Amino acid sequence: MTPTRNNRLTLGRVVVYLLLILFAVYYIVPLYVTLSTSFKSLDEIRSGNLLALPHVWQFDSWAKAWSSACTGVTCDGMQPFFWNSIKMVIPAVLISTFLGAFNGYVFAHWRFRGSEALFAALLVGCFIPFQVVILPMARLLGEFGLANTTTGLVFVHVVYGTAFTTLFFRNYYIGVPEELIKAARIDGAGFFLIFRKIVLPISGPIFVVCIIWQFTQIWNDFLFGIVFASGDSQPITVGLNNLVNTSTGVKEYNVNMAAAVIAALPTLLVYLVAGRYFVRGLTAGAVKG
Amino acid sequence: MSSLSIRSIRKVYTNGVEVLKGIDIEIKDGQFLILVGGSGSGKSTLLNMVAGLESVTSGEILIDGKVVNDLPPKDRDIAMVFQSYALYPSMTVRENIAFGLNVKKVPKAEQEEIVARVAETLQITHLLDRRPAQLSGGQRQRVAMGRAISRKPSLFLFDEPLSNLDAKLRVEMRAEIKLLHQRLKATIVYVTHDQIEAMTMGDLIAVMKDGVVQQLGTPQEIYDNPANLFVAGFIGSPSMNFITVKPLIEGNEVFVAIENAGKSLRLALPFAADKLRSYAGRDVILGVRPEQITDMSSAHGDVGQELGCLIDLVEPTGPDTLLTTRLNGAAVTCRTHPREAVLPGQTMQLSFNLSKAAMFDPANGERIA
Repeated sequence: MTPTRNNRLTLGRVVVYLLLILFAVYYIVPLYVTLSTSFKSLDEIRSGNLLALPHVWQFDSWAKAWSSACTGVTCDGMQPFFWNSIKMVIPAVLISTFLGAFNGYVFAHWRFRGSEALFAALLVGCFIPFQVVILPMARLLGEFGLANTTTGLVFVHVVYGTAFTTLFFRNYYIGVPEELIKAARIDGAGFFLIFRKIVLPISGPIFVVCIIWQFTQIWNDFLFGIVFASGDSQPITVGLNNLVNTSTGVKEYNVNMAAAVIAALPTLLVYLVAGRYFVRGLTAGAVKG
Repeated sequence: MSSLSIRSIRKVYTNGVEVLKGIDIEIKDGQFLILVGGSGSGKSTLLNMVAGLESVTSGEILIDGKVVNDLPPKDRDIAMVFQSYALYPSMTVRENIAFGLNVKKVPKAEQEEIVARVAETLQITHLLDRRPAQLSGGQRQRVAMGRAISRKPSLFLFDEPLSNLDAKLRVEMRAEIKLLHQRLKATIVYVTHDQIEAMTMGDLIAVMKDGVVQQLGTPQEIYDNPANLFVAGFIGSPSMNFITVKPLIEGNEVFVAIENAGKSLRLALPFAADKLRSYAGRDVILGVRPEQITDMSSAHGDVGQELGCLIDLVEPTGPDTLLTTRLNGAAVTCRTHPREAVLPGQTMQLSFNLSKAAMFDPANGERIA
């Protein structure tokens, strides 16, 4: 009986490994195809195998995708959209993260009458689908004179993101002992000083979580970008869409692929650099004194 | 330095729970007040109210003769040491101690001087550049005390500061806090659930239960003259023995009968008969401290009232041996000299000294005599 059981175990192992490899391939192949296609010439794409590596590595498609590919009527490549996205994502991430930190601090340590209800109401914000807010938001941006501007987009993302960041920070700050705040109050520190000197310096992990989350959400957003921005304020997701859908002559798959990678690169980088802090921050428990 | 007056303080939470039901405590400049009680007694709430961390429902708190009810903590000139130490994790020991001074905008040079002096007092100079995470429990405790001392407050508040330390360190720190009190001549309010801390450290003890001060007095007063059954049982280790008896009154004298293993003894009690007349023949609770029931040679020639008792349990503690026997059905602990102690199952002559005995009404726990 024992050998049979051993065999079965090995078989199980094999199945598990096969499945894992299958899933790994399933996830990695699109990225691989995108990358390898972006380095192939159009001729090679037409004649060659989709999965083969390029015979001749060429970088013209990257240069074109970055600075001269046509996106609708203009032909400046992804470049302007990239900078638009940068100009949108940095303030939006920073503002929403700091607002979340501040809200979280209040909800965790300065409860007031009705603060729990307010927090619950704010949480509903996490579950409101994008489509629902589009029309009222468009009106609001119009009223503010922010329609079709990067500032307007930043505003939209801050409003939408603050619900999430508040939730993150509040749950993190709940783990900060109440006595720490009391001790600081007795030491004479007020609301803002405690936040700045005691609470912020121990918030590193949750800041990383929040920044990754918000950066990814805002960078990858397409819907708000296409609805609330136009012309010179459109983010990179909209640029990519325009580039891929512009059909003048042949479809330049290599340029499209390169553009796609350019659009995805910042989020990839953020994950590679800060990814392990993300996991650590999500699982970080109470801050022990 | 300063005095503290707590006058008719009540605390009712918004959900209607009354946690403090009218507290009156006065302490003079330089006194060490202990608030002791079990969990839910309201002792920590009272301390937080003195600190200004919780609002006062009614009544007045005066520090140095000034009503502070509506002052924020920072304007009360107090310092507080917490059970969890509550050191600021991102700051070094030096920064922790100096934080309060910094907030008060004390000049840098003066800050450094104070930190150096405090660190020396508490022997933590070598730790000044470490962070709290790199310190042991005892070291954190010292830093927390240093932070409190550095601001030279008129009132120190301690919230169970020793509860997180191991037994040996707790005894050391207990002595250290007491020494510090003697040296600084500071006014201190100290919350604890540990009756030994209460007895050993305080000038005054307030025994609290259910939001009421059961008794306020010096440790010895409370030990010798507990106001009610709760205080009697709470203070003292091992705790006071409670024996159910029926008082007999003959003329002006009061007697009770105790019984062990079929033998009984009539004990004369030093109480005025008048106090007990209405209780004659009814069940009352006689409270006797373990050291008042002892072996014949430790009895110091007290008026001998002895009974041979069957010993159920023997617990040597070193200086004394605790014996457990049964009197009128209740387990009773006696403190005896180790040399005199017998083995479980043997009978031993025990001497009863009832000069400090107490008698309680079983219905409400109040002291009768």
